[in-house]
Amino acid sequence: MADKTTIFDRYTSGARLNHWINAILMICLALSGMALFHPSLFFLTGLFGGGPTARIVHPWIGVLAMCSFLGLFIRFWRYNLWGKDDSAWMRNIKHVVNNDESKVPEAGKYNAGQKLVFWLMSILTVLLLTSGLAMWDSQFGEYTSIEQKRLAVVVHAASAVLLIIVVITHIYAAIWIRGTIRGMTRGSVTGGWAWRHHRKWLREEVGKTK
Amino acid sequence: MSSLQSLDLRRRSATTTPPPGQREAVEVAKLIDVSRCIGCKACQAACLEWNDLREEVGINVGVYDNPHDLTENTWTLMRFTEIDVDGRFEWLIRKDGCMHCDDPGCLKACPAPGAIVQYKNGIVDFISENCIGCGYCVKGCPFNIPRISKKDSKAYKCTLCSDRVAVGQAPACAKVCPTQAISFGTKKDMIAWADKRIADLKERGYKSAGLYDPPGVGGTHVMYVLKHVDRPEIYAGLPKDPKISPLVDLWKGITKPLALAGVGLAALVGFFHYVTHGPNEVQEEDEEAAAKTRRNSAE
Ligand code: HEM
Ligand code: SF4
Ligand code: SF4
Ligand code: SF4
Repeated sequence: MADKTTIFDRYTSGARLNHWINAILMICLALSGMALFHPSLFFLTGLFGGGPTARIVHPWIGVLAMCSFLGLFIRFWRYNLWGKDDSAWMRNIKHVVNNDESKVPEAGKYNAGQKLVFWLMSILTVLLLTSGLAMWDSQFGEYTSIEQKRLAVVVHAASAVLLIIVVITHIYAAIWIRGTIRGMTRGSVTGGWAWRHHRKWLREEVGKTK
Repeated sequence: MSSLQSLDLRRRSATTTPPPGQREAVEVAKLIDVSRCIGCKACQAACLEWNDLREEVGINVGVYDNPHDLTENTWTLMRFTEIDVDGRFEWLIRKDGCMHCDDPGCLKACPAPGAIVQYKNGIVDFISENCIGCGYCVKGCPFNIPRISKKDSKAYKCTLCSDRVAVGQAPACAKVCPTQAISFGTKKDMIAWADKRIADLKERGYKSAGLYDPPGVGGTHVMYVLKHVDRPEIYAGLPKDPKISPLVDLWKGITKPLALAGVGLAALVGFFHYVTHGPNEVQEEDEEAAAKTRRNSAE
């Protein structure tokens, strides 16, 4: 078995660092933000040293997270452009959910589900950044009217909840599709994984090493 | 401001447990009779003095308003308006400050447990040590009242002198007013007193005199007698029909628990999918197929 296993590089160490920095920052943001979102989660401020510090650090972590997300966006956007196959993949997503990928078009580096996650994350991140700046009263309080701030908190809270749901989906997919996580931890995947889930990408990679 | 109170709570911000309900308390109110105010600002000075606050010496820009707006130190401010009403010049002087809404938007918006409370008697108070300085109360308030301090990042506004009221005293501003334009008592008594004043004003020709106790926020525990209650906006922008903004209702209403349920549901759906469909594992045939693809292309 071992001799049959081929290995393919998927992420450079730079991309992996970028991804995990982003993941850590996003989790800190979700925790400090959700602490203010609902009374039953206010105890989460304790993780950040109490209410005032949680309130102070959240937007600064947000700024860092936006920088790191920009890095990921620049690295990955090209591979996430939508194609005709992606629409066909999406229409037949129920087969993927049932662990049968033979009934959907072969996926390139990313399948349509992953692309959707990528674009949802990008859009929600931009919404969170703009609304977050508009409600950052301690730094930019004077620049927005009270009515604009009210709109901003609604947009911010709604996009945050959607983003958290997208992130849950993203994490679950990585757990469910075995062999995925090593791509982001060790940078490589097995050929079998690529054959099973990203066959078009496998063919491209194989073509390159000719 | 205060932390030691002998007053029972009716509401407490960001708190899901019920408040104590056994003891009864009468609702209080402060009545500001704008028609009697001479704009001497004794109330403004009394407020600074009683609450140990100091306002910075400002600059004169040609109006009597001093300072120019409410601040973390100035919890009440005389706002002066010169206006022609029905062809007659009038000088309107309104004592601005927290209205102590019966349905307070500031409290609704506040995310910090116990940073804003409403006592049984109707007074809305900020409990500073619980305040995290997020400024949500500013977004929640329909009257643009709370101010966040630059010094300690906490929200401040008129307390209706809850510390004095708790020991049976009238607010400092009411006590000091030389024309008795500010009175304080039970809300019922204040409405009765206002009715007398309004009848008097009507007799003197002010047909649209009336009481400002806006129902959109459940009534207020600071009320005005206005000569022109049909046009409150002319009193330096007093809102005509103040309500908690629909955006704030949307943000703080049923959507919050629904959103939390949505997040929980996403995790649950994932878990159940795993339990029913199991992990998607790479099979030996996949590895063989991949190896074969590579061999073929190498040839
Ligand atoms: C540049 C990015 C961001 C900025 C500048 C920002 C800024 C803010 C600010 C100023 C607040 C008000 C509380 C405070 O002052 O700390 C807030 C609340 C919040 N933030 Fe962010 N944020 C950003 C990104 C995020 C992200 C990525 C998430 C979620 C994953 C998030 C989730 C939340 C939540 C849930 C709240 C509470 C909303 C509510 O009270 O309903 N934020 N944010
Ligand atoms: S700033 Fe206002 S909303 Fe925020 S915690 Fe303090 S009192 Fe509550
Ligand atoms: S006027 Fe504003 S600050 Fe005062 S009780 Fe009403 S909502 Fe709160
Ligand atoms: S009631 Fe007390 S705190 Fe409020 S304006 Fe009057 S003196 Fe100031």
